[in-house]
Amino acid sequence: MTRSGGQLVPGVSLGDVTGGSWSVFTSFTMISQAGAAGRTILRDAGAALLGVDPADCSVADSVVSAQGKQVSFADIVQKGDVSRTLSAEELSALPVKPVVERRLIGHATNARDIPAKSRGEAVFGIDVELPSMVFAHPMMPPTRYGSSIKSIDDSAAKSIPGYQQTLELTDPSGLLMGWAVVIADNFPSAMKAAAAVKVVWEAGPTATVSEADLFAEGARLVADKSIGTRFVDEGDVSAAQAAAADSFSATYRTGTAMHATLEPVNAVVESKEVRHHVHAGCQYRAAMVPTLAGVLGMDEANVVIHQYYLGGGFGRRLWGDYMIPAALAAQTLGKPVKVVFQRADDSRLDCVRSPSVQQFDASFAADGKLTAIEHAAAAGWPTLTLLPSFMGPGVDGNGKFDAFSIVGADHWYTLPNHRVRALNNDLAQRTFLPGFLRSVGPGWTSWGVESFMDELADRAGQDPIEFRLAMLDAAVKNAGDAHGAVGGATSLANVLKDVRDRSGWGRAMPAGEGLGVACCFGQQRDMATWVGCVAHVAVDAKSNKITVKKIWQSIDCGTVIHPDGAMAQAEGATLWGLSIALHEGATFENGQVAQRNFDTYTPLRQADVPELDIRFIDSSRFPTGLGEPPFVPVAPAIANAIFAASGKRVRDLPIRL
Amino acid sequence: MTSSSEPNTPLLWVVRDELKLKGTKFGCGIAMCGACTIHLDGVATRSCITPVSAVAGRSVTTIEGLATDAGKALQQAWIDEQVPQCGYCQSGQIMQAAGLLANTPQPNDQQIIDAMNGNLCRCMAYTRIRKAIKAAAAGGEA
Repeated sequence: MTRSGGQLVPGVSLGDVTGGSWSVFTSFTMISQAGAAGRTILRDAGAALLGVDPADCSVADSVVSAQGKQVSFADIVQKGDVSRTLSAEELSALPVKPVVERRLIGHATNARDIPAKSRGEAVFGIDVELPSMVFAHPMMPPTRYGSSIKSIDDSAAKSIPGYQQTLELTDPSGLLMGWAVVIADNFPSAMKAAAAVKVVWEAGPTATVSEADLFAEGARLVADKSIGTRFVDEGDVSAAQAAAADSFSATYRTGTAMHATLEPVNAVVESKEVRHHVHAGCQYRAAMVPTLAGVLGMDEANVVIHQYYLGGGFGRRLWGDYMIPAALAAQTLGKPVKVVFQRADDSRLDCVRSPSVQQFDASFAADGKLTAIEHAAAAGWPTLTLLPSFMGPGVDGNGKFDAFSIVGADHWYTLPNHRVRALNNDLAQRTFLPGFLRSVGPGWTSWGVESFMDELADRAGQDPIEFRLAMLDAAVKNAGDAHGAVGGATSLANVLKDVRDRSGWGRAMPAGEGLGVACCFGQQRDMATWVGCVAHVAVDAKSNKITVKKIWQSIDCGTVIHPDGAMAQAEGATLWGLSIALHEGATFENGQVAQRNFDTYTPLRQADVPELDIRFIDSSRFPTGLGEPPFVPVAPAIANAIFAASGKRVRDLPIRL
Repeated sequence: MTSSSEPNTPLLWVVRDELKLKGTKFGCGIAMCGACTIHLDGVATRSCITPVSAVAGRSVTTIEGLATDAGKALQQAWIDEQVPQCGYCQSGQIMQAAGLLANTPQPNDQQIIDAMNGNLCRCMAYTRIRKAIKAAAAGGEA
């Protein structure tokens, strides 16, 4: 499914992309209209064959019928005239089926790709073979940017059967710096030769950067109130701070997280005369065609990306840099080249979720009433490197920000004064290529927002859900809209109440156990999927071992198009949220991630799966996105449950007690 | 069947690239994810760390050869429960599950977890994997 995406920057289309939980939201109208057009054209053609007025016809079960006569779609296509062109205006005027007549939407349908995927027959990018292709094994530099090769010694590889040569790559676009590839007849030989070839690099300037350095820079940025692009600025935060009788601040951090798609990144490229054919799984061909055209010095029309199943995307395959070494090598060698990254190299190349630092400063009146929140968020920004023209302007007209790295901070709680400053962590930007990871900005901004709300509720001596509901008053800008955010804060309050009631919120818990809550609105204010989450957590008083016993989710994504697929996405996203909270964590050491395989980078496994209770709110409103939103509230709900269970407040992801 | 690969070549690459059976997948290369799981003399085995020399004269079964009634029933359970999302790990999951059911036709929850804990699913379709194994086990009992 592809679409032209996102309203994060009004009026700007992202083009052909699968991401952002946009597919259903942005294609629903188009596909509904296409269905209506097909139905109308078949009806009219059928009516002509039957010699009746189209207005008298009914259409059902692939048959057009009227006045006791009928003709099948198959016969209409063979005997009738179904050629017609409709303008956009005509399409949008066609009658779309009313909700009560829907026979596919909201009903059980099996996914068509599942049989092949259950029999080992589905073809992924890594399965592609072309005649006479050679294998390329990357020799990656010690830094993402600025490294250069001083020498290559392949003498020890020459005795390895199947080894051909080691090729230094020159990327005119500058995306790859200091790369070589080992070329061999087959992949096992390429792996062996890569281990034997000695490459000496002049390392780039970020060769000593550590996770601590990245956090320190983020902390420096959020503490300086004179800097940052204003993403939200409502009321007069400065005045409220000056007049405050009391204040409370907290800082939340998230560490580096990797995509770790189970299929390591790979590509096959064949250069045929003028045309370059790229075979790979890819989420964002509209970005990679011009990128590869630049790498190869070709016109975009001569770059063709052939799509395959992706062995996981999660945002990793929005950026197809893994295609570049294969493209350069194929261009040089004049034969098809397959590049496969071994796991450790896949990890080193990953466009990771940037470490982040968020600071919240709350101000209170003398009576304890909350008067203002200032929120500052610092991270590496994917959009700044990958899609610079999509950077949005600050609300005061000053500076630019990456909407994908700050959404979630523009939440639906009504505050008297509210300011959000977005800050780019330049050290992160120079050290690695920040990427979009499942749930993107809200996946880490909400860690701060929903943890801080819990801390404020505790300070106020209020129940965390009641505290939130009081601020979800749907006033003014939080009233929502008629399309992607129906009900506004009222809808968010509804899912909170639903999950409160279903989870038995407020009941007495055994010692060392607690319930924690968080909520979110999915990926963006104009495409709001309302999610309320409660986590039941036990914390062992002696060992500090954290056990997540159960997670409840109440989800309102409007019309649920495909109930079982929706549930599959919600289950997966919920467990991703848990995995990122407790199980996954990478750290930069010497300019690169130190955890490079599944012995040290440890996503959730079978033994870690808690009981899940996920419910969709019945709705016929316009459908919103689902692949990411249920991820968002899980980590803060777990942290808030840890506080309820143990009194320990955690402010860092991954959570380590 | 013979292989012309070097003796220390991982079985995974012989299966995938020499024998052209692409259903078995490469994930980690260190037996930590289970995507490469095949059966060696009926036992679920990680092919990424198994040298081809170690399987001389032995029986190797891949997802393409899971043709027993029990194997087909397991694959059908995977379809009925709509388990796969991206699908990349599922050949390995199914081969691991088939190995479990061959020895333990009626596994309890803990036995399923113990047997399947080495198989990563990055889409995290874990609850459905469990359901499908139970459904296949129940079908085998009937």
